[in-house]
Amino acid sequence: MTASHPAEHGHDVVHHKQSFWEKYVFSTDHKMIGMQYLFTGMFMAVIGGFFSYVFRMQLAFPEQSVPLFGLVTPAIYSSLSTNHGTIMIFWVAMPILIAAFGNYLIPLMVGCDDMVFPKLNRLSYQVFLLSSIVLIISLLLPNGGFGGAWTSYPPLSSSAQYNLTPYAATLWLLAVALEFVAFLIGGINFLTTAMNARAPGMKMFDIPLMIWMIILATIMFMGSVGPLIAGAVMLLMDQTIGTAFFDPVRGGDPILWQHLFWFFGHPEVYVVLLPAMGIVAEVITVFSRKKMFGYKTVLYTSIATGIISFFVWAHHQFVAGIDPRMANVFTVTTVIISIPIAEMIFVYIATLYGGSIRFTTAMLFALGFLAAFLIGGVTGIFLGSSGSDIYFHDTYFVVAHFHYTFFPISIIAVFAGLYYWFPKMFGRFMNETLGKIHFWGTIIPFNLIFIPLFYAGAAGAHRRIYSYEHFPELAIPSVQNMQIIATRALILLLLFQFVFVFNFFWSIFKGKKADANPWKANTLEWQAPSPPPHGNFAELPTVYRGPYEYSVPGRELDFWPQNEKP
Amino acid sequence: MMQYILPEASSSAASIDFLIDLILALGGFWLIVAEGALFYFIFKYRRKEGVKALYITGEKHEEKRWIHIPHNLILLCDVVIIAFAVKVWYDVKQFQPPADETVRVIGQQWSWRFVHPGLDKVLGTADDVETVDEFRLKIGTTYHFQLESVDVLHSFSIPAFRLKQDAVPGRVITGWFKPTRLGEYDFQCAEICGIGHGIMRSQVFVETPEAHDKWLKAHQPHPQVASVSK
Repeated sequence: MTASHPAEHGHDVVHHKQSFWEKYVFSTDHKMIGMQYLFTGMFMAVIGGFFSYVFRMQLAFPEQSVPLFGLVTPAIYSSLSTNHGTIMIFWVAMPILIAAFGNYLIPLMVGCDDMVFPKLNRLSYQVFLLSSIVLIISLLLPNGGFGGAWTSYPPLSSSAQYNLTPYAATLWLLAVALEFVAFLIGGINFLTTAMNARAPGMKMFDIPLMIWMIILATIMFMGSVGPLIAGAVMLLMDQTIGTAFFDPVRGGDPILWQHLFWFFGHPEVYVVLLPAMGIVAEVITVFSRKKMFGYKTVLYTSIATGIISFFVWAHHQFVAGIDPRMANVFTVTTVIISIPIAEMIFVYIATLYGGSIRFTTAMLFALGFLAAFLIGGVTGIFLGSSGSDIYFHDTYFVVAHFHYTFFPISIIAVFAGLYYWFPKMFGRFMNETLGKIHFWGTIIPFNLIFIPLFYAGAAGAHRRIYSYEHFPELAIPSVQNMQIIATRALILLLLFQFVFVFNFFWSIFKGKKADANPWKANTLEWQAPSPPPHGNFAELPTVYRGPYEYSVPGRELDFWPQNEKP
Repeated sequence: MMQYILPEASSSAASIDFLIDLILALGGFWLIVAEGALFYFIFKYRRKEGVKALYITGEKHEEKRWIHIPHNLILLCDVVIIAFAVKVWYDVKQFQPPADETVRVIGQQWSWRFVHPGLDKVLGTADDVETVDEFRLKIGTTYHFQLESVDVLHSFSIPAFRLKQDAVPGRVITGWFKPTRLGEYDFQCAEICGIGHGIMRSQVFVETPEAHDKWLKAHQPHPQVASVSK
């Protein structure tokens, strides 16, 4: 297996003493790069979370000075909500779910010593870091950050005359484009490593679902991002050198951007969903001591979802001015995508049947993911059906719906993954009592934020409005109270995150020590020491069985590591 | 359900609300089934001393049944939902009943202009009445609207009518609606259009034919004024 041990990264490197810079900053170790992505993502999540606090305060208590911030003008409101969405999707969900977990776990779970292209991996993070810096600079410009929504529809986004933020709009777009470049570079590595560097004996159906999900997500990302990068370049040129790709006055077409954006934008939902499903698959099998109910069903439904997701994008554009006949096609594909997703969720629920469920914090978050994501899935049908989308399009119903998908994906499942892999990452446990307080302090306020917003949306509250006092139908107490409940719940949710932050950093240094395989799990990462040294395994493992052989009849132990000799 | 939150003020509202109720019933059923199974399993199969978990691969035919049966039932529900969704969509967006009157609706940062045909009911004549942020409609009349934008994207949304259509610069998008309930309703811009998006609101007045004609007569453009505004 020469492919798994590239010459530039042979075993002699492992014993070489690394300087501080080599180890923490210019590292080529996949684990350190994973951590860099994780910590950058967490830092960006603090910014994105703070933004949501500020604009939700403005919604609940309009025109009042927001503590820790000040007055929120319409321009500031638009900029905050735009960048909240941008940050949470492109700088939190993507880097943590795909890049952090992918980098950290792929070599460990497929049983090799590092990514196939470690230097490319380092470049990927560096480009990503650059993109984060560019985005932050765009927020600090005198005119404020870009405020044309995270979808950045032209002509508003393409012309400074309309959006009033000439430099921020360009920097915002540049940051997004750079971020895509970073993930394209990283994606090459993910695919190559997972396909070429697997431990001897690991056949296709022995690959843990977490890795499969990252592979599929990477393929979908790479397949869908091209048109958007092309679109981003066209939009950049419209902004800066006066081309007219999206300018109707000079023969361009603003709707073209919407197609390019959503051709990427909808697969993107599944790009982040699949790794989250992967995390949950690992966690629920370990903590219910059960084999996955239908490993291949999960795999095939994921592939089906991935393929169908390329044919649903225009459901974002039913009322955007496309030919109305086209809506029918996209209604069919969109509603049909519910089938593989529902099937996948059913498989996960069926996996719990006959289990021996341990309620660790990681397991609570994984179960919370399933319960919450179901609501996100079902409410999507209202929006995928063209007829009802006429009403719900661009209302708070949409906001509540996609937060019921994105929040479970990029927050709840991520917490499940962090509590689960923390002992591997740092060799210590996180505190379980604090973890459970954090779980309930996250899941209850989360529901209290977004259930009221479903109602507000049903009552006609449309998005991206800094104050509803100009709309008599919406400035009534029954709708405004929903905004107030949601804001109060959000503050509660944010406060409970301090419990996590404390627990996380305290446990890195002071947590209870963990051995190599504290959860009695099967997959290969648990066969390496905790934390794994540079180079991962003392002796590279050989695989003899699938990843979910728990509670096998006739065996005394209820787990059976993948690399244990038969 | 929706009619209890917001009045149904157009001929399309009831059918859109019915579709929403249908999805609520079918989706709600599956949500309850799935959440019920999830929470039942979580409760029933919590760890007990000395009880080992079952070993089920989920690859055997009789096990797969538990996935295949719901799969097929959901497919059936999806077909029903798609059929109704397409029917409603066709009636509201694709099919256009003949117009009694045609109005122009023009979005711009950050107000709406409405061009009502005058007493002659023909658009583009001297007696057209142009208003800003005030949309006067006659109950029971089938209107075609010609939706335009002069700058960025806007969206023509009247929640009480269950009506929404984006306005795109460079295009004239035609649609229709028929007000069926007297009253005053919000008219929103539902597509972000810049910093004034939050104040881009108009008022819709659905009036009796008598009141509407009276208003039209009172607002007949003076010939000189009309030529200046052109």
